[in-house]
Amino acid sequence: MSTIKVLGSGCANCQRLTHLTEQALAELGQTIEVEKVTDYAAIAAYGVMSTPALVVDEQVLMAGRIPALSSLKDALAERLAVTV
Amino acid sequence: MSAIAARTRFAEERHPRWLLGGAALAWFALYHFLLPFWDHLLYGAFTLPRGPHWADALHFFVYDSTKILLLLAGIIFAVRILRSFLSIERTRALLGGKREGIGNVAAAGLGVATPFCSCSAVPAFIGFVAAGVPLGVTLSFLIASPMVNEIAVVLLYGLFGFKITALYIGSGLAIAIVAGAVLGRMRLERYIEPFVLDVAGNGGGAGMAEYKPTWAERFELGVAEVKTIVGKVWIYVLAGIALGAAIHGWVPADFFVRVAGAHNPFAVPFAVLLGIPLYSNAAGVLPLVEALHAKGVAMGTVLAFMMAVVALSAPEMILLRRVLRPQLLGIYVAVVAVGIVATGYLFNAIL
Repeated sequence: MSTIKVLGSGCANCQRLTHLTEQALAELGQTIEVEKVTDYAAIAAYGVMSTPALVVDEQVLMAGRIPALSSLKDALAERLAVTV
Repeated sequence: MSAIAARTRFAEERHPRWLLGGAALAWFALYHFLLPFWDHLLYGAFTLPRGPHWADALHFFVYDSTKILLLLAGIIFAVRILRSFLSIERTRALLGGKREGIGNVAAAGLGVATPFCSCSAVPAFIGFVAAGVPLGVTLSFLIASPMVNEIAVVLLYGLFGFKITALYIGSGLAIAIVAGAVLGRMRLERYIEPFVLDVAGNGGGAGMAEYKPTWAERFELGVAEVKTIVGKVWIYVLAGIALGAAIHGWVPADFFVRVAGAHNPFAVPFAVLLGIPLYSNAAGVLPLVEALHAKGVAMGTVLAFMMAVVALSAPEMILLRRVLRPQLLGIYVAVVAVGIVATGYLFNAIL
């Protein structure tokens, strides 16, 4: 089972990325819970310097930007090895 | 297919540089014909009389608000595209090997040029420290970033013209450089919260591969930024210009001149003290700045007030408190505040 985390202090953009990720996962037919990481020490330990960031299986997929839904779906599908 | 996907595909199919050129041309044409357009519409089609206060105020309002919104949209778009060539990771790499001094100058410049939201101040601070960027250099970056931002620059230009805007940019950079250099000299590293150094020791900030957007994505970033910022600030801009339009008509201007004119030596520090706990972005505070200035408060005093509001806001200090112990945070606020007060006096003396 993959783990998916959104790193961010809970700002508006972080919530947007969380919703977008949930939507992308739903459209890919995945039932993975999106975990929110708000602790700064934990965020920094990933080497992320701009939030929000998306982490899949402990690998930083993107940071400091909100992707378009379509490109987010592509990126997640590739990481999770899902065929669309 | 979503509208965004459709637009991105359009941008990819047509050469995106042509699209950019077309957008720039359309923008300049709009900007150029704005004044004749409103002149024809108001005085021509609606047969407004030239002369009465209310007609002039109406013309001022529609012309100035469309002009400033157009300026805002154009500048935000252009700035976001230019900034897409930089990233916070890149900036950190550029600052990593810099000594203090040169490093402070570079950090202030990069603070303006790097796409950065103050909500990322904490992870950015940790990442800089982890990469060995000196504390004073890091602070120069954090001071310059909110102080010299494109909204402030556009609105200042729209409301006060070129000279004031250039002075604001120059002094904002100077404050960031000098305050960062002074703080660096004070050897305050022991007042950084210990967990920051632990993360740094763990190799936190190893980072990931840098993300290189395509031209179509840069275009998309620009459009998204314009929508977000203009969507957020347009109401403040309109309110500020409406206030300005009203003030242009009737200004009972003696109270402020008495308490905060150029001759009162306490006006500048008082304005700065007042500005620190207030939190607003440049778009929210500039209407107030315009109104205060129109009522006779000296230019240096209102600019110092504005700098204190945008550069030393309480919410950002609360964020920074996570990584800076109270002693360091207190010294940081004091040094930046002294820099702003000095700038205020300087402006009052030379303007």
